[in-house]
Amino acid sequence: MAEDPKPPDAPKPAPDAEAKAAAPPAKPATPAKPAGPVPVAWDSPLTARLKEQFGSGVEPLTYLEQNYLQVDRASVSPILQILRDQDQFDYCVDITAVHYPNRERPFDVLWILYSFPHNQRLRVKAQFADGESVPTAVNLWTTANWLEREVFDMFGIRFEGHPDLKRILLPDGWKGHPLRKDYGILQQDQEWVQINLGIESGQ
Amino acid sequence: MNDPNARVSVESIPEEKPFLDASELVINMGPQHPATHGVLRVILKLDGEKVLGLECVIGYLHRGVEKIAENRTYTMFNPYVDRMDYVAAVSNGLGYCEAVEKLLNTEAPPRAKYIRVILTELNRLASHQLWLGTHALDIGAMTPLFYTFRDREEILKIFEKYCGARLTTHAFRIGGCQYETYDGFEQDVRNFLNFFTPKIDEYEELLTANRIWVRRTKNVGVISGKDCIALGVTGPVLRASGVKWDLRKAQPYAAYKEFDFDIPVGENGDTYDRYLVRMAEMRQSMRIIRQAVDGLPDGPVMAKIPKVLKPPVGEIYHSIEAPKGELGYFIVSDGSTQPYRIRVRPPSFVNLQALEVMCRGALVADVIAVIGTLDIVLGEVDR
Repeated sequence: MAEDPKPPDAPKPAPDAEAKAAAPPAKPATPAKPAGPVPVAWDSPLTARLKEQFGSGVEPLTYLEQNYLQVDRASVSPILQILRDQDQFDYCVDITAVHYPNRERPFDVLWILYSFPHNQRLRVKAQFADGESVPTAVNLWTTANWLEREVFDMFGIRFEGHPDLKRILLPDGWKGHPLRKDYGILQQDQEWVQINLGIESGQ
Repeated sequence: MNDPNARVSVESIPEEKPFLDASELVINMGPQHPATHGVLRVILKLDGEKVLGLECVIGYLHRGVEKIAENRTYTMFNPYVDRMDYVAAVSNGLGYCEAVEKLLNTEAPPRAKYIRVILTELNRLASHQLWLGTHALDIGAMTPLFYTFRDREEILKIFEKYCGARLTTHAFRIGGCQYETYDGFEQDVRNFLNFFTPKIDEYEELLTANRIWVRRTKNVGVISGKDCIALGVTGPVLRASGVKWDLRKAQPYAAYKEFDFDIPVGENGDTYDRYLVRMAEMRQSMRIIRQAVDGLPDGPVMAKIPKVLKPPVGEIYHSIEAPKGELGYFIVSDGSTQPYRIRVRPPSFVNLQALEVMCRGALVADVIAVIGTLDIVLGEVDR
């Protein structure tokens, strides 16, 4: 029912969608919708305290009722420390990253936190340049160990102070970081495949 | 290189390297090992039978699900999530569909939510049955495996009648469910509940007071609630350590707010308590299913959503209580038909990290028990 009517066309939507939006008069109604909700400022005792301490280094926002902090990369470490120690965000749900290749600092690194005492979620988000080290969170939450290893494996982001930063899902000798946007969907480390699997190509 | 007939003098054998060394031994378990539930490789450092430490080597099943997602439309990616935790495919689908719905700022209609709850809880039962059968088999009790697989078949039959598939169900669609329930669905589910209630007792009769079972599971793989939280461990493992936390109650999704059920918790955080918690959870799931079938509302099963999905620019994190723990989806949309990024927060991957803590100081045989009790699925660990 909700299936895409033309699945073969879907993987390359950009030119297709533009053409459609220009041609039939009925279509512009659909593109108007995605304007949707926008992040709004988020006020709470927690954010007031953080604002007072870090000033413009932290920007608390809410999007679709989910709170997050846009944080300056220099204040990531102290803010995570404060969140865990003072605000009881005792559970680090996930650490992940998003790659925006055209940005000056192309990586968004995210910490998704949860507080058992307050039943509250919070995301901390910071931008990092390629090759720049991110402070590790292993000393705050043990779970960060594997999560950071996966981010390193997939994006090549290094975590400063991580006890054993090495690849986790891909083999040790693999070249490249697949979740970067410049890594193609069909791309593989052919050299690794040929040496280790003894086949011409992994495709 | 030397003359083979030359005699070796006693003095030439270095004394510090005796032939049989009684100190540490490093052995390799897996990736092809029946007790690792897939392709998990564990490097064990042993002192005799005692485990001094271990390291997990994972990634053998890595398919790059997150990368695939970036090259598919939201609708096209839906079947892929079934193939992560393939014994609880319905849960994966529920988490994904709800996350995208949240991003689209819409909701499934009430009837669809109820159908989702019924199928997800049935899937939780199926997942726990598979866990029980294989876990018991690993420890040496063979009978439960046959019992659980016999009964699991009845659940898979319902799935098959509903959506045509038994394992990778693709039961839900973004915005609701694709199919209305078939004629006799409610009756089938009720029949199953009546059939299954005495079966759980049967399992428990086999194991709960069984002396061998108790000896093999009590005080094995103990982990405290505090360690669980630090390690991000969720699901039955966390609850067996005494932390009463279940996302179905803490942050209700689908229609869970409307049902009455308890969260079973353990005390000791050992393998035996985890067994008891999962058994109790199965009974609670049956309670939920019964309420959902009795109260199944009428109405459409699909919300009005556009045929081509283009969620507004933004990002969302949504998580559900999968049979293994917190299953989260973090989705970034750039306003196009394809997700800009999808991150899956897999419960099995995070829970597996606790294996080292739980096995340190234990015996080799206990490692098998602990891998079983963690209830990992390698398809989800590696994605």
